[in-house]
Amino acid sequence: MKRVVITGAGTINALGHDVAQTQEAMREGRCGIGELEFRDVDRLAIRIGGQVRGYDAEAVFNRQQLALYDRFTQFTLLAARQAMAQSGLEFSGELANKSGVVLGTSGGGLTTQDENYRAVYEEGKNRVHPFVVPKLMNNAAASHVSMEFNLRGPSFTVATACASSNHAMGQAFQMIRTGMCTAMITGGSESMLCFGGVKAWEGLRVMTKDACRPFSATRNGMVQGEGAGIFVFEEYEHAKARGATILAEVLGFAMTSDAADIVMPSKQGAARAISGALADARIDKTRVGYVNAHGTGTAANDKTECAAVADVFGTHADKLMMSSTKSMHGHLIGGTGAVELLACLMALNEGIIAPTINYEEPDPECALDVVPNEAREAEVDVVLSNAFAFGGLNAVLALGRV
Amino acid sequence: MDVKDQVIAIIAEQAMLEPSDVALDSTPEDLGIDSLGLVETIFAIEEAFDISVPFNANDPTASDFDISSVAKIIEGIQTLIKEQSS
Repeated sequence: MKRVVITGAGTINALGHDVAQTQEAMREGRCGIGELEFRDVDRLAIRIGGQVRGYDAEAVFNRQQLALYDRFTQFTLLAARQAMAQSGLEFSGELANKSGVVLGTSGGGLTTQDENYRAVYEEGKNRVHPFVVPKLMNNAAASHVSMEFNLRGPSFTVATACASSNHAMGQAFQMIRTGMCTAMITGGSESMLCFGGVKAWEGLRVMTKDACRPFSATRNGMVQGEGAGIFVFEEYEHAKARGATILAEVLGFAMTSDAADIVMPSKQGAARAISGALADARIDKTRVGYVNAHGTGTAANDKTECAAVADVFGTHADKLMMSSTKSMHGHLIGGTGAVELLACLMALNEGIIAPTINYEEPDPECALDVVPNEAREAEVDVVLSNAFAFGGLNAVLALGRV
Repeated sequence: MDVKDQVIAIIAEQAMLEPSDVALDSTPEDLGIDSLGLVETIFAIEEAFDISVPFNANDPTASDFDISSVAKIIEGIQTLIKEQSS
C-alpha cells in the first residue's frame, strides 16, 4: 500500500479567503457568522449564517465564466487555485492520466436553481438562460477543476449531505493508497445561503436564530455556512522525490451507515466509523490527541457524538481534545469536513487546537474537553476529523505528521 | 438602436469584440463563437426582442433559422419579429 500525503490546501469561507486567514481566525476564536444578506431575507425566520464577505466574483472571473460557474463552483476554483499553487504540481502526460478530482457537495448549484425557479414560477418568465443545467449540476465544480488543471483520471462528485467532503477525501485517499492514482484534487464546496436554501432548512426546525454553541448546555441548533476547502492529496514517494512541502499524512479512513433513521444520528454508527478509521490507520487510540468534531450545535448530534467518542476511546477520551469549529464558520454541509480539515492541519503543524466558541455552560451529556472559547497550544501527532450526515452516513479521516 | 445594430451589439458582446469589428459576412465561427456561445447568443436575442427563435443546437443547420452569417441572422430576426408581433 502507498502512503498518502497532503501537499496543498486552499479555502474560502466566512473566516477568510485563504488558509492563512482562516487559521488565524481559528487561533483567535473569531466568529464569521453574522446577519445574512440576500434577496427576501426578511421573509425568513432564520437570518444568520456564515456568509463569505468581501468577495467580488466579477473581479476574479470573466462574464463567460460566470455564465457557467455557480457560486459553489466559484468557491471550488478559488480554493483549488490556492491548493495547486502551494503544491507546485503541474499535470501533464502520464501524471495527468493518473490524477483526478473527487469533490463533495450537497446542494451543488442550488443558488442557480433558486434564481431560475424564481424566474419561471414567481416572475412568470418562460425562458431561462441556456446554461442553467451545466451550471447547477452537482459535478460542475469537479469538472471545471479537471479542465482548469488538466486532471484526466477518475473524477466525480460525492453527495452524502453533511459528510460529502469527508467521503470525497476518503475516496481520493483510497485511490492513491491502492496505486490507482498518483495525485488527487479533493475536498468540498457548498453555497446554500440563498432564500430557498435557508427556507428549506428552516422547515426542519434545527436552526438557531442567535448563535451556534456546540456542546454547550445552552445550545439551540445549527447555523449554515458556505465556502470551499480543497486539497492536493499525493502519493508520498512522488511528493518526496520532487521536494514538496508535506502538510500532513492521511493515515486512515472509514465510513459506516447507521441504517436506522433519516435524520437522527446513531451512537453505534458514529463509533464504528471512528474505530474503523483508527483500525484502517493501524494506530493505537491513545495516540489521538485531537478530534475535529462534527459538532453541529444541535441537541441530538452533540450528545450522540460525545457518547460515541467516549465509547471508542474509553479512559483516553478524558485526555484528548475535541472541538467544533462550526461555532466560527457555520455548517458548510457538503463542504464542511474540508474546511474543518484546516483545523486538523493547524493542530498537527502549529500545535494549536482551534476552540469551540460561544461555549457557555457544561452539559453532562457532553463531558469531554471541548476546548471552550480559547485556542490552546498542544503537541499532537494524530488527529481525527468526524462527519456524520443526515441519512446516517458517517465518514471519519485520521491524519498524522510525516 | 435598430434591430441590426442591436443584434450586432449582442453578437459583439458574446465574441468579446467591438461592434465595429463584427462584419456582416462573418460566420459565428469566424468571430470565435462556439456552439455553446451560439446558444447563449440566441438566448440573448430572444430576451432582447421577446421572440422565440427556432434553433436546435443538436443540428443547427437543420433549423429553419439561418445562422450562416451575421447578415442572415439579422435577416432571420427581422422576419421573426414581424411574424411574432402580429
